[in-house]
Amino acid sequence: MALLKVDDLKIHFPIHGGILNRKIDEVKAVDGVSFEVREGETYGLVGESGSGKTTTGKAVMGLNNITDGDIYFEDSHLNAKKGKKIDVRNDIQMIFQDPYSSLNPRKRVIDIVAEPIRNYEKLSKDDEKKRVQELLERVGISSDSIMKYPHEFSGGQRQRIGVARAIALNPKLIIADEPVSALDVSVQAQVLNFLQDIQKEMDLTLFFIAHDLGVIKHMCDRIGIMYQGRLVEEGLTEEIFNNPQHIYTKRLVAAIPDVDPRNREKHREFRSQIKEEYQQSFYDYFNEEGLAFNLKQITDTHKVALPERG
Amino acid sequence: MLNQELLKINNLSTSFQIDEEYYAAVDDVSLTVRENEVLAIVGESGSGKSATAFSIMGLHNRGKIEGEILLQGQDLAKLSTSEMNKIRGKDMSMIFQDPLTALNPLMEIGVQIGEVLLLHNKNMSKTERRNYAIELLGRVGIPRPERTIDQFPHELSGGMRQRVIIAIAIANQPKLLIADEPTTALDVTIQAQILDLMQELKDDLNSGVILITHDLGVVAEMADRVAVMYAGQIVEESDVESIFVNPQHPYTRSLLSSIPATDYAQDRLHVIQGIVPSLKHLPRTGCRFKERIPWIDDDAHEDHPVLHEVSEDHFVRCTCYQHFYFPDENKEDQANGVTEG
Ligand SMILES: Nc1ncnc2c1ncn2[C@@H]1O[C@H](COP(=O)(O)OP(=O)(O)OP(=O)(O)O)[C@@H](O)[C@H]1O
Ligand SMILES: Nc1ncnc2c1ncn2[C@@H]1O[C@H](COP(=O)(O)OP(=O)(O)OP(=O)(O)O)[C@@H](O)[C@H]1O
Ligand code: SF4
Ligand SMILES: [Mg+2]
Ligand SMILES: [Mg+2]
Repeated sequence: MALLKVDDLKIHFPIHGGILNRKIDEVKAVDGVSFEVREGETYGLVGESGSGKTTTGKAVMGLNNITDGDIYFEDSHLNAKKGKKIDVRNDIQMIFQDPYSSLNPRKRVIDIVAEPIRNYEKLSKDDEKKRVQELLERVGISSDSIMKYPHEFSGGQRQRIGVARAIALNPKLIIADEPVSALDVSVQAQVLNFLQDIQKEMDLTLFFIAHDLGVIKHMCDRIGIMYQGRLVEEGLTEEIFNNPQHIYTKRLVAAIPDVDPRNREKHREFRSQIKEEYQQSFYDYFNEEGLAFNLKQITDTHKVALPERG
Repeated sequence: MLNQELLKINNLSTSFQIDEEYYAAVDDVSLTVRENEVLAIVGESGSGKSATAFSIMGLHNRGKIEGEILLQGQDLAKLSTSEMNKIRGKDMSMIFQDPLTALNPLMEIGVQIGEVLLLHNKNMSKTERRNYAIELLGRVGIPRPERTIDQFPHELSGGMRQRVIIAIAIANQPKLLIADEPTTALDVTIQAQILDLMQELKDDLNSGVILITHDLGVVAEMADRVAVMYAGQIVEESDVESIFVNPQHPYTRSLLSSIPATDYAQDRLHVIQGIVPSLKHLPRTGCRFKERIPWIDDDAHEDHPVLHEVSEDHFVRCTCYQHFYFPDENKEDQANGVTEG
């Protein structure tokens, strides 16, 4: 069952300029994106910098103005124009890109983790403290650290504190935006393992945003590939990595460094071959404006953005 | 045949003052970089990689530096500031880890590149500088260099800024290029492009490159030799193939088994227990890594672990590799390395 459904989402940011500061142009950060995230799965969104990943995630959180399209969570229409706004903020939580700047350096751990709780529930000081200690223990941080400040923790620990805050209200969906990009490999391993554990323990659905394909491959059941505000391909992890169909996906996959130095020459050759193919066949895969076509179903699970052929 | 030695570091120690005392962040490190060779330095955050690079560049104004840093035979540690300024940016240059601090926010990109060019080529005309700057930006993969050249840093995305920094670093075709995490902030496709570019530059100019990174995939693709650092020391050094196919030191092996998705089979990533001790609390005698592999019998550790040559040109600190195992693997059946297939 789809927990989250995004349907033809468009988010255009106006660019203002001139003496009157009128709108002179717009950035189509997200331009017609549709996908579903199913209950219990980990869905990955990959794409180059500026392709619209964070903008998509924020839209689900209600942090962006939606230009067009619809977002559904369970049975609620999140951006319904009529009727009262549905508040699902305790069901959906987001972990942000950079653990070094996403925690307020002037706040103590207890205040950071308790913040979402304070917005929703009135707890006594003692109950709140107990709750925060439980949450910290759950993410593997000793519960006597509640009075410490973020700078007293390592990057991996800080990211765990971010997770403790995100799970404080027992969400169903967590949007993790590049949760490990700023971390060292060994700390990265710790956070990735931990996210998998907590997902199992709490029956969480994960919407995972990253540009590191190695991390995405390790974590995700299904993957959507984004390019300039549109999806170019979507499929099971095996399909994307073993049988990529869109030239942009092929190029991304070919660009992943091979961890066996013995394959170096072969891999470099393959990469330059794909690059050439990319340049030569660009207009077979993108329209005159350089944008991706609509997704076409090619198997039950695999979709690719290809032109209509007559 | 080995290439000519370009940089030779002998017993480098770099110490910082903390509460009256000096503590070595780089502790007795010796390294050689040859012409047309990429030496990768890998290791956990805080292990002393950047401190080593800064020492070579002579940029540690408050650190105490001991040992020799020989660039083409000349000891950089003995040079005056003005002598260093002549070498920096020309014979050797560095791509810094933090792209935000490396560019002047108030100056157009073209002007910044022009200044570096002027520093070492006094008779280049303004037009020549501009044309060459455009060419450089094109080489690092900036899509519309003739536009970017007149822009300010804040008008560029993080990835574009990093490419500008790389353009500046290679502007004077250095003999030695030090790249500190040059591609960490970049997308894979741009990363691949930058790596190819560094490779090309190295081949064209016969330059030596020190590549600092925690991305082992990048190391596998780029490096000729690899030095693994832990807590200020080199714990293993060898040609790139031996590091990946036949790693010996427990730290190297732990690092290799924490990389995600080299295949799907491996479900759990290996996590190195504990954290790197801070500079002040580093154990200075005996084994520095022992706390992070607590399941290994205490008797196994040496009192004064030193680098041994275990096979030709493959150096490993200490002897614990002979009896090291991961907690989840059979003591007898010590699988070596991650890349068997
Ligand atoms: N508030 C905003 N106002 C104007 N433009 C914006 C705004 N937020 C994002 N953009 C633009 O929208 C595009 C998509 O940005 P977004 O942050 O979603 O990219 P991303 O895929 O998350 O990239 P990265 O990998 O670098 O984080 C970019 O061109 C960006 O400059
Ligand atoms: N100027 C300084 N003064 C005091 N201590 C310093 C200074 N520069 C570095 N250190 C300390 O020296 C040690 C090594 O730091 P270094 O920056 O070389 O690490 P690194 O290996 O580059 O790590 P990273 O992967 O995080 O960049 C750390 O403990 C750091 O805190
Ligand atoms: S015995 Fe040697 S190799 Fe083993 S942990 Fe100690 S120093 Fe490291
Ligand atoms: Mg983003
Ligand atoms: Mg560093």
